[in-house]
Amino acid sequence: MNDPQGMTHPLLELCYLAGSITFILGLKLMGHPRTARRGNFIGALGMGVAIFGTIFFRERPLSPVVAGWLFAALAFGTAIGWITARRVRMTQMPELVSMFNGMGGACAVVIGLMEYPNCLGESGPRLAVLAGIVIGSISFSGSLVAFLKLNGTLGRPLRLPSYNFLNTVELIGVIALAYWLWQAGPAPFPLLYILLAAALLYGVLFTVPIGGADMPVVISLLNSFTGLAAAFGGFLYSNYAMLTGGILVGSAGTLLTLAMCKAMNRPLSNVVFGAFGASSNAAAAGATQARGAIKDIQAGELAVLLNYSQRVVIVPGYGLAVAQAQHVIHELESLLERRGVQVKYAIHPVAGRMPGHMNVLLAEANVAYEKLVEMEEINPEFERTDVVLVIGANDVVNPAARTSASSPIYGMPILDADKARRIIVNKRSMNAGYAGIDNEIFYHPNCSMFFGDAKQALSDLLAELKSIS
Amino acid sequence: METLLNFLGAHLAMIYFVVLAIFVGVEVIGGVPTVLHTPLMSGANAIHGVVVLGAIHVMLHADPADTAALALGTLVVLLGTLNVVGGFVVTDRMLEMLKRRNERSPGHDTPSA
Repeated sequence: MNDPQGMTHPLLELCYLAGSITFILGLKLMGHPRTARRGNFIGALGMGVAIFGTIFFRERPLSPVVAGWLFAALAFGTAIGWITARRVRMTQMPELVSMFNGMGGACAVVIGLMEYPNCLGESGPRLAVLAGIVIGSISFSGSLVAFLKLNGTLGRPLRLPSYNFLNTVELIGVIALAYWLWQAGPAPFPLLYILLAAALLYGVLFTVPIGGADMPVVISLLNSFTGLAAAFGGFLYSNYAMLTGGILVGSAGTLLTLAMCKAMNRPLSNVVFGAFGASSNAAAAGATQARGAIKDIQAGELAVLLNYSQRVVIVPGYGLAVAQAQHVIHELESLLERRGVQVKYAIHPVAGRMPGHMNVLLAEANVAYEKLVEMEEINPEFERTDVVLVIGANDVVNPAARTSASSPIYGMPILDADKARRIIVNKRSMNAGYAGIDNEIFYHPNCSMFFGDAKQALSDLLAELKSIS
Repeated sequence: METLLNFLGAHLAMIYFVVLAIFVGVEVIGGVPTVLHTPLMSGANAIHGVVVLGAIHVMLHADPADTAALALGTLVVLLGTLNVVGGFVVTDRMLEMLKRRNERSPGHDTPSA
């Protein structure tokens, strides 16, 4: 495509070629545990080369005013991005990714709005600009809603009556308007703003009905949307680095989204069109029937129980991370090991808030790698386990996933914690889990509830355990 | 319809490029273990920050006298840079933790508290 403004310094094209290669290579290396970090570094290097190429191998002279603002923006962006990324708690990773994703989307939108007047005459660039605005807006507002949901500002999924129908109509409207604007050629600006508003609204409507537990899938999906928006930017400028990077993220992100859905054993359509909402009433009804008496256990009694056990399995969940109890649990595990108790962690593929998140959280607390056992490996061991300690996890041990076809999580692979001799569940209260559904494991005859904030409760338990000698 | 066909004809090489890149993207992350899903998502997030190149392009062609364009340009470059730098740095932090763990795993577990 012709670039009306000329951006074809030969060295710049070389920079973009280098950038494109590093993006492919970096993403490839990031797929293997040993090379992942190197892959990320190579990708970053390529990005740096592409950015500096764009600035220094330009065809026009740079006015001092523009240069001042440009370098200020780059410097501030780097500083803020670096500090935020360094300081953020590992538990807040999903929020951070969704926020950065939203910024990428916003970036694509503003570029589109600024370039729109320059490409009224040509159909190719006009398409790229319109698509960039639409996709970027959906990604931006969707990420913003995902961010608010993840940090708890927006609570329960909000569903308008027949929201699936409304959303589809809205999407068709957005696409129709965008298509019309593309075909119509030079169009009045207000219509462009209506398109912008409609696309932003769609991003909100798309994300709002989806439950908090599914947010990682949504973020991953929006991530690939932003990739697509970046690719349209690359199309607009004939910028092959933007094209490669954008399309790679678009397709790899889509595949990653599907992989995450597979780990949760739910088709993507289920996540997007909300199976959680449709059947939660049925699940609540089912759970009420299963209800029995709840036993609770105090720290002292639990300490004795653990001290004289042989095999203990810890099932860590997101609640553990929220309470910042990773370090206490590691201390507890070390003490038990020194007293001859075999302790393992059972890691569900979607433990934490994103697939693989729990591994990162426990690694941060220096828990040894060999102690983290994956679901398929640990499940046969539960029958021989004396005590299973479920901390801040809920849905991943809910037997309803195996037995109750009406449950929204039916079919999701779970940890068979209910097969252990004793089940201890640490929870703050009897509120429902992340997915908003009840758990019949609490009413299991071998189960006792160990109430309290994970960090406080585990600290008490540790103190009691130390007093036994 | 005619616009669409003209469009396809005019940008055939680009469209081939796009199709091939889609396949590369799918191939490149095939068989990723679940442990790496989170870092990979974050890494991909950093890579789509390549949109910052567009932002810099807008900025380089902005009219120095047009304050509104300059302000908007500055904003987009800032947002894009945040996406790129923050994305790569946070991915590195996550992978650093996993790596520390991997290096230690062949040896014995230190029983420190």
